[in-house]
Amino acid sequence: MPVPVLLATDALFFTLFLLLLVFVAIARRREHLRAPWRAVARSRLAVAATVVLGSYGVIGLLDSLHFHPPLDVAAHRPGQSHSTEVLSLFDVLVGPLRTQKEKTYSAPLATHLYTKESVEGPEGVTRVHPRLRHGGAHLSDPERDWAGDVASRVGKGLALAALIWSVILGLAAWRRGRRTREPVPRAALGLLRGEGPQPSHILFLTLAAVLSIGCVTAWLAAGYHVLGTDKVGQDVLYQALKSIRTGLVIGTLTTLVMLPAAVLLGVMAGYFRGWVDDLIQYLYTTLSSIPGVLLIAAAILMMQVYVANHEEAFASITERADLRLLFLCVILGVTSWTSLCRLLRGEALKLRELDYVQAAQAFGVGHFTVLRRHVLPNVLHIVLITVVLDFSALVLAEAVLSYVNIGVDPTTESWGNMINGARLELAREPVVWWSLAAALGFMFLLVLAANLLADVVRDALDPRLRAAR
Amino acid sequence: MIAYILRRLLYAIPILIGVNVITFVLFFVVNTPDDMARMQLGQKRVGEQAIENWKREHGYDRPLLINAGAQGAATVTDTIFFQKSVKLFQFDFGQSDSGRDIGYDIGQRMWPSLAIAVPVLLVGLLINISVALLLVFFRATYIDVGGVVLCVVLMSVSGLFYIIGGQYLIGKLLRLVPISGYDTGLAAAKFLVLPVLIGVVSGIGASVRLYRTLFLEEVNKDYVRTARAKGLGEAAVMFQHVLRNALIPVLTGIVVVLPLLFMGSLLTESFFGIPGLGSYTIDAIDMQDFAIVRVMVFLGSVLYILGLVLTDISYTLVDPRVRLA
Repeated sequence: MPVPVLLATDALFFTLFLLLLVFVAIARRREHLRAPWRAVARSRLAVAATVVLGSYGVIGLLDSLHFHPPLDVAAHRPGQSHSTEVLSLFDVLVGPLRTQKEKTYSAPLATHLYTKESVEGPEGVTRVHPRLRHGGAHLSDPERDWAGDVASRVGKGLALAALIWSVILGLAAWRRGRRTREPVPRAALGLLRGEGPQPSHILFLTLAAVLSIGCVTAWLAAGYHVLGTDKVGQDVLYQALKSIRTGLVIGTLTTLVMLPAAVLLGVMAGYFRGWVDDLIQYLYTTLSSIPGVLLIAAAILMMQVYVANHEEAFASITERADLRLLFLCVILGVTSWTSLCRLLRGEALKLRELDYVQAAQAFGVGHFTVLRRHVLPNVLHIVLITVVLDFSALVLAEAVLSYVNIGVDPTTESWGNMINGARLELAREPVVWWSLAAALGFMFLLVLAANLLADVVRDALDPRLRAAR
Repeated sequence: MIAYILRRLLYAIPILIGVNVITFVLFFVVNTPDDMARMQLGQKRVGEQAIENWKREHGYDRPLLINAGAQGAATVTDTIFFQKSVKLFQFDFGQSDSGRDIGYDIGQRMWPSLAIAVPVLLVGLLINISVALLLVFFRATYIDVGGVVLCVVLMSVSGLFYIIGGQYLIGKLLRLVPISGYDTGLAAAKFLVLPVLIGVVSGIGASVRLYRTLFLEEVNKDYVRTARAKGLGEAAVMFQHVLRNALIPVLTGIVVVLPLLFMGSLLTESFFGIPGLGSYTIDAIDMQDFAIVRVMVFLGSVLYILGLVLTDISYTLVDPRVRLA
């Protein structure tokens, strides 16, 4: 039996997911909370970006379900039924990608190694590109069969994508048809044309693109290294996909861990004024006056010293790497919460003078009830905007920090670590480009989608901007 | 005015003390000097004697806060807190863990950092403002929409890509300038072109979008409508009215980073092998040289606080509506 493992970041990640579900459940029933999100859902850019972010999110969630795999019966030792290795559900789903390693570099979809090796043949020692152990190993004559095999795999992938896409479209059309009393084909046509308030045609267009890329990649990955292999022969696609979780964790948990402190302190400073305000302002001015990178560098350095001197405190390498990831989130949060705190203070300063707050105070309502019922709900949009806006900056920051060796643990897969490992590959002759390209490409797509969504969300949630239109 | 500046400077003192205490806690309380010595000398197989020697060599052999063994004022002054942290206030940085004078190194390495940071700031400002103004001039047309989309795309690309891509394209493929390195005097120019170019390009996306928003806010104001109503051409409205007023937030936003220019850029300098303060910090992090990192944290904070004070002062200078409160 696999033994489930709950890493610290997993727990927080799922907490966040639950919070999101709770928020959706609450917002569905309140018109004033629904209205801005309806505006978001009507934006074509936001719909496309959400589909992309959603597919990243699914991979991230699958990669967060960790467990100890059971040991083989042959290797069974008494008292130990599972290995100490920590795998995720995602690792199991993409099994061959993780285990099928080559000797060293190989180009995307290649059947031969990228480097030449001396091979002893019948005509003495020759320098050749040897065949890969796994990539295209099923082909008897790569020169002849390669193109045909790749084409057929692409075709099968596209067919699978079309099938899944049609099923989703059918279900959506059936639901729509029940509401509008249309026959299903007519409703499907309506969805594809984008009739109705939401841009459903964009939704299905993006879905088609994501599904095609996903299915074709999956089909190709069964026989080849789709994005090649790196220096030690690890599949680049697998690394890039595993990095998604790291990016998402940094982007979301950083804001989440500091959110309670930032909201509480910011609102209190603005509401109570006086010495509370002075104290809180002093606190965040002092923290924010240390340049972020340097504070992170100092903290990570100290963390390294602590880990080196307390090795016994960590159960496994995975757990240590995970705690370092969480620590990075916390310290990134410390450097970034101050701007949110300042914004909330300003907003609370304004709110405390408003009539309904004054009225509540005049009725003798306690300070904390006023804060909870009248101030907090009215600063919520600022919090949401900040969370969404910070996300992309944090994903980019992770790459830079890991590159400078003050980011995530070197054993954690992340785009920054991939770039760091590939830093000298462009100087090789011939150039090895796929590692860098994969890491930058995956990161770019995530950040672009997040940026586009953030813009739409900000416009929808910020009433001041809405009035200016 | 002078009273205002003095008051602003006085406000900075408690913040500096706070920063100093934070660095002290971070570097000496979270991990004791013993831990640091063990880290520097290699784990486990280090004897007590070696640790004591290392601490004495680097001046970490004193008690943290109160030296009970000393007489009079020395109970407070002969401690790590006084010797290592309080002396930062006098800009007496002491020696790095490898035995070099930190103050001297900083004085030397400041100039290459400035040689990159200042051109990046000036060229970047010129380009960003021009492009933003152009977008505002063509507002609500396809040029504007396309420009904004391009900005978002540029913003979404990792800074690492600009550096790696720039080095590969211009340095390796086109062979226009050396990929990395540095030289003294005017010979340094050919090494500076690429880092400056990349610094400017990587900043365009975010800045142009910000400036465009600032300008747009200004364009919708009443005095602009008045200017048009009295028959001024669009160019005159843009340059004489919109630009002049919109520059206030732009310029005051820049004042805050002016002092930090000394610190250089971590990424650019380490990629291009430029011996500035940014690569100094990176090297210190890699070698786990705690003394240098501590000094840089303090120095960075001082410069940032200086930037904040300058910002407040510059507001009162450029915008007469701001009262000295």
